[in-house]
Amino acid sequence: MRQYLLKSLLQIIPVLFLISIIVFVLVYCTGDPVSLMLSDTATDEDRRILIAALGLDQPLYIQYFTFIGHLFQGDFGNSFRYDMPALPIVMERLPATFELAIAAMLVATVISVPLGILSATKRNSFLDVLFSGSSVLGKAMPHFWLGIMLILLFAVELKALPVSGRGTLAHLILPAFTLGTGIAAEMTRLIRSSMLEILNQDYIRTARSKGLLESIVVYKHALRNSMIPVVTIMALQTSTLIGGTLITETIFSWPGMGQLIIQAVNTRDMAIVQAAVFVVAILVIFSNLLADILYRVLDPRIKYN
Amino acid sequence: MSASLETQTPQLQSIGKPVQHTGQFKRLTRMLFKSKTGTIGFLIVIAVVFMSIFAGAIAPHDPAKTQAAKRLKPPMWMEGGSSVHPLGTDNLGRDVLSRIIYGSQVSLMVGICAVILAGTIGVILGLVSGYYGGWIDSIIMRTVDAFLAIPNILFMLVILAVLGPSLVTLILVLGFTNWVKYARIIRSEVLGVKERDYVKAARTVGASNQRIILTHILPNVISSFIVVSTLSVATTIIAEASLSFLGLGIQPPTVSWGGMLSDGRQYLATSWWVATFPGIAITITVLGIMFLGDWLRDILDPRMKARK
Repeated sequence: MRQYLLKSLLQIIPVLFLISIIVFVLVYCTGDPVSLMLSDTATDEDRRILIAALGLDQPLYIQYFTFIGHLFQGDFGNSFRYDMPALPIVMERLPATFELAIAAMLVATVISVPLGILSATKRNSFLDVLFSGSSVLGKAMPHFWLGIMLILLFAVELKALPVSGRGTLAHLILPAFTLGTGIAAEMTRLIRSSMLEILNQDYIRTARSKGLLESIVVYKHALRNSMIPVVTIMALQTSTLIGGTLITETIFSWPGMGQLIIQAVNTRDMAIVQAAVFVVAILVIFSNLLADILYRVLDPRIKYN
Repeated sequence: MSASLETQTPQLQSIGKPVQHTGQFKRLTRMLFKSKTGTIGFLIVIAVVFMSIFAGAIAPHDPAKTQAAKRLKPPMWMEGGSSVHPLGTDNLGRDVLSRIIYGSQVSLMVGICAVILAGTIGVILGLVSGYYGGWIDSIIMRTVDAFLAIPNILFMLVILAVLGPSLVTLILVLGFTNWVKYARIIRSEVLGVKERDYVKAARTVGASNQRIILTHILPNVISSFIVVSTLSVATTIIAEASLSFLGLGIQPPTVSWGGMLSDGRQYLATSWWVATFPGIAITITVLGIMFLGDWLRDILDPRMKARK
């Protein structure tokens, strides 16, 4: 186990290195940060000083090494919009995004676990067709559109929930549903097929032939094992979740990292964009590692090699 | 149904190649119409393709024509609506139905072109990675990991911010960020296929690597490619709509469903139809492609078949 962990951690290093190259190249391609930073009245002399100060007159590989050096110190440069170091600005927005992501995951779990189990145990029944149909529909619907429709129904027509912002629990409901339903759709399908596979196993047949109650067979014997792939998939949703927060936070003016990223992209505030891409990538990489470990802990049959 | 499909699959292995005689084509259509969702998906896709090709002939109005006097007219079945604008008009008095019809052009074009681009990059890298293994494989797979660690939409936004939004950059960006899933799937398929006896036999008789990859391995992994790329068109259409919605995709005056949604969002309180109908158009199109893709998967690749 320890060896496996060590190996996985070591594999992260080249990945982070590649991400640093991708980010560096992207920012390099943005063109001219100098003209964005200078005011219109700046002289050529100001320009030259700034270029030298930023190290932009150095060869490309030197610029990359400087970039990497700063990276190790968590220094992504200053956001020119906030005139502050970029990383703290991004970190400050994380709690709001976590709040939304966790709420969305809760929504997804609460919807998908019962629907998935019911679809599998009542296979090919009306309920199964209905639930499977809804999960396909949930995947086909763009979730930003669903968000707009939810606003239309619950905020504009019924005036039951706030349109946007963060604060009370009521503010959280619509964004969490918007973000959670897409994941719920995916998870319902997965729980159903995982459950179906388990229900065909010999030990389930044995449990049934012993005369156990069907509810004990399903909830005690089958559910536990069918949850193994599901837990993994949930941990693997981090990338989808964070990607989803970009749009969901924009629609609901939720003051999280997603909204910050969209604003930074629109104003070409590349320091923030860089810092955010790195924070997101690290979050995704570690939650994927966590998913991997979780999978192995839950299912001791899997070998470490 | 599923049993009959499985027994027929061996003959259908060559589906990636052009259909050589009508018998096979007939069998294929018969199988299509046996599957309810497959038929629905096929009909939807045909309808959308038809709509986008003949948009000029079908659309009742010019999608860009603004009429200040006819701003935000409701759909025909509501009070104040008229059959001149069946789905109402938007904030500039443009006909929503005509804009939806024209919007299908962008969705399909971006979806298909981006998938072809992503597929080409992904298949080549997947073949190379799986076939040669070693350090090439390590580099490609670590790059795949790096791409997977950055959510697609974030990646696309950043590149679009750098390059500036346009139709061509949008296709390039969608293609460049989505090759990863092809590379992974094709690689794992290649790992299985390259150990088969006929590949070993080809190597023994002295066939070059290039020949083995192109004539012995590629045809055997192409069916997974067809399935994945069909389903990818659906996800790409959603991605295009999301980017256009955020203002970094298709720029006006070109009509796109995502852009229409974004326009309509501002008039939600008074005119629900402007944002509602483009969303329905996206959902139906994506649903159709997904149904068709699922059906293709069932007949082309029984191993990938969803447990039903």
